[in-house]
Amino acid sequence: MSNANSSGTLTGSHYLDGDHACSEGAIAAGCRFAAGYPITPSTEVVERLAQRFPFVGGRFLQFEDELAASIALLGGAWGGAKACTVTSGPGFSLMMEHIGLAAITETPCVFFNVQRAGPSTGLPTQPAQGDMMQARFGSHGDYRLIALCPNSPQECFDLTVDAFNMAEEFRVPVLVMLDEVVGHMTEKVVIPDDAEIKVTERRWTKKPPGEFKLFAPAEGSLVPEMVKPGDGYRIHVTGLTHDERGYPKMTVPEHEKMQMRLWNKIVLNADKIVKYEAKDLDDAEVVVVSYGITSRIAERAMQQARAQGVKVGSFRLITAWPFPEKEILQLSKKVKAFVVPELNLGQMVLEVQRIVEGRTKVVPVPHVGGTVHDPQVITNAIVGAVR
Amino acid sequence: MSAPVKENPVNKYLRMERMPSIWCPGCGIGTTVNCFARALDESKIPLDNLAVVSGIGCTGRVAGYLNVDSFHTTHGRAIPFATGLQLARPDLKVVVYSGDGDLSAIGGNHFIHAARRNADLLVVMVNNFTYGMTGGQVTPTTFRPAIASTTPYGAFEQTFNMPMLADSCGAVYVARWTAYHVKQLAKSMAEAINKRGFRFIEIAAPCPTLYLRRNKLGEGLDEMKFYKEKSVIRNGVDTREVALDYRKEITVGKFVDRERPTLEDAMDQRYKEALGAKYVPYVSPGAAKSQA
Repeated sequence: MSNANSSGTLTGSHYLDGDHACSEGAIAAGCRFAAGYPITPSTEVVERLAQRFPFVGGRFLQFEDELAASIALLGGAWGGAKACTVTSGPGFSLMMEHIGLAAITETPCVFFNVQRAGPSTGLPTQPAQGDMMQARFGSHGDYRLIALCPNSPQECFDLTVDAFNMAEEFRVPVLVMLDEVVGHMTEKVVIPDDAEIKVTERRWTKKPPGEFKLFAPAEGSLVPEMVKPGDGYRIHVTGLTHDERGYPKMTVPEHEKMQMRLWNKIVLNADKIVKYEAKDLDDAEVVVVSYGITSRIAERAMQQARAQGVKVGSFRLITAWPFPEKEILQLSKKVKAFVVPELNLGQMVLEVQRIVEGRTKVVPVPHVGGTVHDPQVITNAIVGAVR
Repeated sequence: MSAPVKENPVNKYLRMERMPSIWCPGCGIGTTVNCFARALDESKIPLDNLAVVSGIGCTGRVAGYLNVDSFHTTHGRAIPFATGLQLARPDLKVVVYSGDGDLSAIGGNHFIHAARRNADLLVVMVNNFTYGMTGGQVTPTTFRPAIASTTPYGAFEQTFNMPMLADSCGAVYVARWTAYHVKQLAKSMAEAINKRGFRFIEIAAPCPTLYLRRNKLGEGLDEMKFYKEKSVIRNGVDTREVALDYRKEITVGKFVDRERPTLEDAMDQRYKEALGAKYVPYVSPGAAKSQA
């Protein structure tokens, strides 16, 4: 790591696993505060941060549990640092309350979840994609956030930078949803020069104390600007329903106003947020919707299906949440079937079904997790969908 | 007859636009906040450099009434939030202000570890011996055999001796007062706020609506008289001897005042020793004001 440049970014070509690529993405994005608690298969992310941070002016602390780590993260973020925490399965469940607190207090922060097979302790060292709905709905109440699904170590780096940027742009928790295989697979990762890495800084207000409201959207935006404690603004931040100053205001109209802005700042900005990778869609009869490691397996299946004469294309989710509703809706009007393989018993496929509304066939290819799909199973689903 | 009304000197430390508070008449929490405001006055620390963090419950509302940067977090997690805030912002004084249920039950693990690692926090625990916000349930500090809504036939568990817990985990400052001891409490808070490391002040305070009423112990004022009568100041006493018991003597005073490297100091020291000149110390984002 001695070749890191003065900013701390490890510019160059490397052979990294997905977990370590996340750590490097965080450093390149300007993250200098991390709170963690060890849990397989995510621990390597914080191990690398613990090793690297003292060389780049960062602070990492291992806390007593995930409840502590996930709120220390918010303390660090409110302090003014770009901050993240890292976990898996059971730890992700414990962090749910603070994902909700981050959502209602509009705290820019990043959570990494390297998914393993559950429920409960499940298969700690083996992959799954079973937390996708938990990522969307896991904390109580209505809220919106952003969740990204890298499918390679390179994308772990790239999407981590995006995650920190979007956290700042939308003042929202962003979840990076790896799976055990992507976290532990080692591939080439190219880290560009700092000049080529787009980094979004926190949107500090220029308004003076007295005029600035911590929860009032900035002009022409749905997202408020921020200040730090210590700057004389005397801010109040609460998990209670609050008004634009941040003071508790527990009335239905105030709750509706707050809730709808939290909702709309993500939903109405979906076009800016949603990323996906489309391949061979022009003449496709069948579209495989996949994400994470499953998208790598599906590629093999699509090759096999094409060899059998099926016109199959790929729609890979990079953003899981918000879900690319508009794009799936358009596709649903022209294709014969969607095939949705995932390492769970049917989660993102529910979104596809919801958007498609029966206009075309939706074929789930579930898998209990613990390993990846046999590509042949996906191939059979693709071929079966049109024959 | 209209004598000129002088503004209460504590007003500037409070968000007066948020008054009246949610606290019941006779509740001791407001008294402790008054003492805290006087401690801020006495300690002369710049208010812009102070952040107060609360958990959930009646005392959890304190942060929102103080005219400083304030954070009202989740139940039991004020300490780890504050630890994160303090590590990210070593230029701030961070105070945790919460209740007995929040800090000793749901937040007990964080209390232990913050004291052990000597996080640079002043932790003020208002101990009213019950969960007030939810209607008077038993807490780890409710005495045997006091009545609570979830111990309708009397509490039966051993209570926490919180000063001993803090002391045994390594807290550098440990004191206990009651809501009656306003002068001593304000002085203790002023002293503790200027110290570094994990500092803990417990304050016994009346909850007339739930704890006192259910146990037929009278009004808030009766409890203040009880505190006056039953309290014995024993500065420097071994914290193993300060456990409280139902309607028995209340040992108050400053029990612990010592020096130990803070979490931040220990972290920096280790990196310096291990990495030498290669160590790049953390720079607080507080160095740059929000208004660029």
